[in-house]
Amino acid sequence: MTETALLEFRSVNTHYGAVHILKDVDLAIYPGEMVCLLGGNASGKSTTLKTLLGMVTPTSGEVLLDGEVVNDKPTSYRVINGVTMVPENRRLFKRLTVKENLELGAYLRNDTEGIEEDLENIYELFPRVKERLSQKAGTLSGGEQQMVAIGRALMSRPRVLLMDEPSMGLAPALVQQNFELIQQIHEEGMAIFMVEQNANMALSIADRGWVLQTGRVVLDDTAEALLANPELRSSYLGES
Amino acid sequence: MMTTNLTSKKPFELDWKRTLFWGSVCALSQVFICLVGLPSELNRRILIESTLSLGYLFILWIPLVFGYVVSKMVELEGVENPKPGAADLLSGALTGLLGSLGLVLLMLGIDNLDMRDPLINWNQKLFRLLTFENSISFGSLVWIPVGVGLGTIGASLHQMSGQIRKMSAYAMFGLFSFAVLEDVIDDLSEGFRLEWLSDMIYAKKGGMTVTSAIVLAIVLALLPLITRGKFKKTVDRYRSDAKPENQRRNSVVLFSTVAVLVIVLPWFLGGIINELLANVGLFLLLALGLNIVVGLAGLLDLGYVAFFAVGGYTTAVLTSPNSPWFSPETHFGISLLVVVVMATLAGLLIGAPVIRMRGDYLAIVTLGFGEIIRLLFLSDWLKPYLGGSQGITNVPAIDLGPWEVRGADPRSVFYMVLVFCVFAIYISWRLQGSRLGRAWMAIREDESVAEVMGINTVNSKLMAFVVGAVLAAFSGAVLAAKVGSVFPKSFEILVSIIILVVVIVGGMGSITGVMVGSLVLIGILGGPRQPGLLQEFQNFKLLIYGALLVFMMLKRPEGLVPTARRTRELHQEEYLQDAWLGDDESEDREEVGEQL
Repeated sequence: MTETALLEFRSVNTHYGAVHILKDVDLAIYPGEMVCLLGGNASGKSTTLKTLLGMVTPTSGEVLLDGEVVNDKPTSYRVINGVTMVPENRRLFKRLTVKENLELGAYLRNDTEGIEEDLENIYELFPRVKERLSQKAGTLSGGEQQMVAIGRALMSRPRVLLMDEPSMGLAPALVQQNFELIQQIHEEGMAIFMVEQNANMALSIADRGWVLQTGRVVLDDTAEALLANPELRSSYLGES
Repeated sequence: MMTTNLTSKKPFELDWKRTLFWGSVCALSQVFICLVGLPSELNRRILIESTLSLGYLFILWIPLVFGYVVSKMVELEGVENPKPGAADLLSGALTGLLGSLGLVLLMLGIDNLDMRDPLINWNQKLFRLLTFENSISFGSLVWIPVGVGLGTIGASLHQMSGQIRKMSAYAMFGLFSFAVLEDVIDDLSEGFRLEWLSDMIYAKKGGMTVTSAIVLAIVLALLPLITRGKFKKTVDRYRSDAKPENQRRNSVVLFSTVAVLVIVLPWFLGGIINELLANVGLFLLLALGLNIVVGLAGLLDLGYVAFFAVGGYTTAVLTSPNSPWFSPETHFGISLLVVVVMATLAGLLIGAPVIRMRGDYLAIVTLGFGEIIRLLFLSDWLKPYLGGSQGITNVPAIDLGPWEVRGADPRSVFYMVLVFCVFAIYISWRLQGSRLGRAWMAIREDESVAEVMGINTVNSKLMAFVVGAVLAAFSGAVLAAKVGSVFPKSFEILVSIIILVVVIVGGMGSITGVMVGSLVLIGILGGPRQPGLLQEFQNFKLLIYGALLVFMMLKRPEGLVPTARRTRELHQEEYLQDAWLGDDESEDREEVGEQL
């Protein structure tokens, strides 16, 4: 592909103290794409997200946003420029109202009218959220919390959504619904980078995928190829 | 299991286990209160002439409360049989009886054993108080019926109709307030030239006369009958008034009333009460600052007194002619500017290294920093500059042209503090709704996610520290001018803790709550070194503070005057508690939500 990647890793290494977490990781997310990152426990998935968002600084290598090296730029810079995360387990501000949660998503924006407009869009997308605006986020059901978490992320007008384990902690019936939701947002042109345990489900909607093992990218292919990969099937899809 | 037992409950079948348990707790509490020395110490304070002293009241309220508790518990457990009956009365009476037996044992113990070594109050003074300067048998003959009676009355509070319960509550609390607030009422009536009124209510030697107590009790009991909840309705209407312009008008009316009261009232009050109000103001200023740090930003700062000290010392050094090293003797106004600068620096200096810590760690480190600052002021190293344990004396009064604010004139100090408090309240109020306030709340809720939202958590947290520091330093500056001197021992760790208790008891994050908290705690009980309205409690202040804190945490964690936010949370959680665990019940919950 010739267009500039939205987000890119060039041989990124990260350390927590002496522990080497990510080892020469190369990634690229292009506009409007849906990609997923698979990997077992302690394979470096969360560190990848944190490095993309600037909460962890790589010890070597480059993180690029629209082709620009952003290694030293703070999280706020990346949020302003269209990178947002939906954290694992949703992590809403439980004692704040739903409305306040949504407004905090637009914390870095100053265009009052644009914020109002986006709020309306979110109410349209999630009519149930609108009914709960003045309620505490912590009192919502799991599914509603997921909606608010996604809505909160959308409030910053992102171009790419980083999703950390979107189906974790959701009732089985909701997992499917949740993936449909993600797909719907994706179809409106949003790039999505998903870290997921539920490899089968994630690969079935994604364009491409990587497999991370102890900090190293071991597989990098299209979603169909990964789904068909016998090695992956045995280790992640629970088939022998 | 309990419920099935209770459904087949016969009128006089008792829940023995529960009654025995609460009876023993009642007895232990009474013995504890006696041994702590509350009754002996407070016996001097007469509430009702030649009938009741505050000391006796402290023993008497226990069986009443436990009688109420024991019958309430039975009622709560037996959901299927909530009808109160004779069994509840009986368990109340038994609880009171057990409590009195505890006192009898205590009397026997004091008479026969000598345990004065560990227990200072195991003495003849307490013995004379318990036996009414008579014999043990006489004392027992009095205490047992009294205990049984009070236990029964406590239990019967459940059986009465709401109206009667309300009336008795009005009478009891009203009478108690009149008796305890004797000094204020005396003072007020003098200010309004109504001495005859207080002469009528109170006896010459202190305490109310028996007649006036009875008359007042009847009047107070009739009060709810006359008002018939009109007052509550007005408050409700004021609160639920949906129209924004009406709400605005209501707020303006409320605000001006309070403002006029606060400005005019001190002219009618004497020196003691004004001194008290000045202290309340000083601590309110501190509490408002800490409320920003703890209540809004969620940073548990236990070394808050450090900023108080910085304000005090800066003012003392700059204005006092006795400052040992550098003594420019500037005007208070100029020193105040330096105070702001110094407090900001102190906030940044203490804040910067500790700001990365979270929760418990932050609390421990700030605790240490608070002590370090105090020890620095006390140290020989800084003695040539700040006077060491001698402190800095002779801090001049604040010269405001036609007026002078000095400690000998507490009214002037009160007005001075009032100006600062109004400023602090305005700042807190504006910050709450601001972008920064929003960022603080997000950090308080979940710091990592706040960072993901793009909030600069380090800067926001430092801002909270600095704003809190400046408000505390203002308080320290006024304190220095009020007292006329600063000593390291005025800035001990207890100050930090008491301010924190004020914030927690008042309601974290709520400005009104903090105001009520400081009025109640500092005004009535007193600050770490400042006596409150109930000066007799001086020695028991910390005990009461602690008990109050435990009670509030258990029964009313949102504080006396919670923010609307907290109340809403607690109400919603009651019916939604289980609902959001699984989504399958979401349909049911929706119905519940609609009904409410």
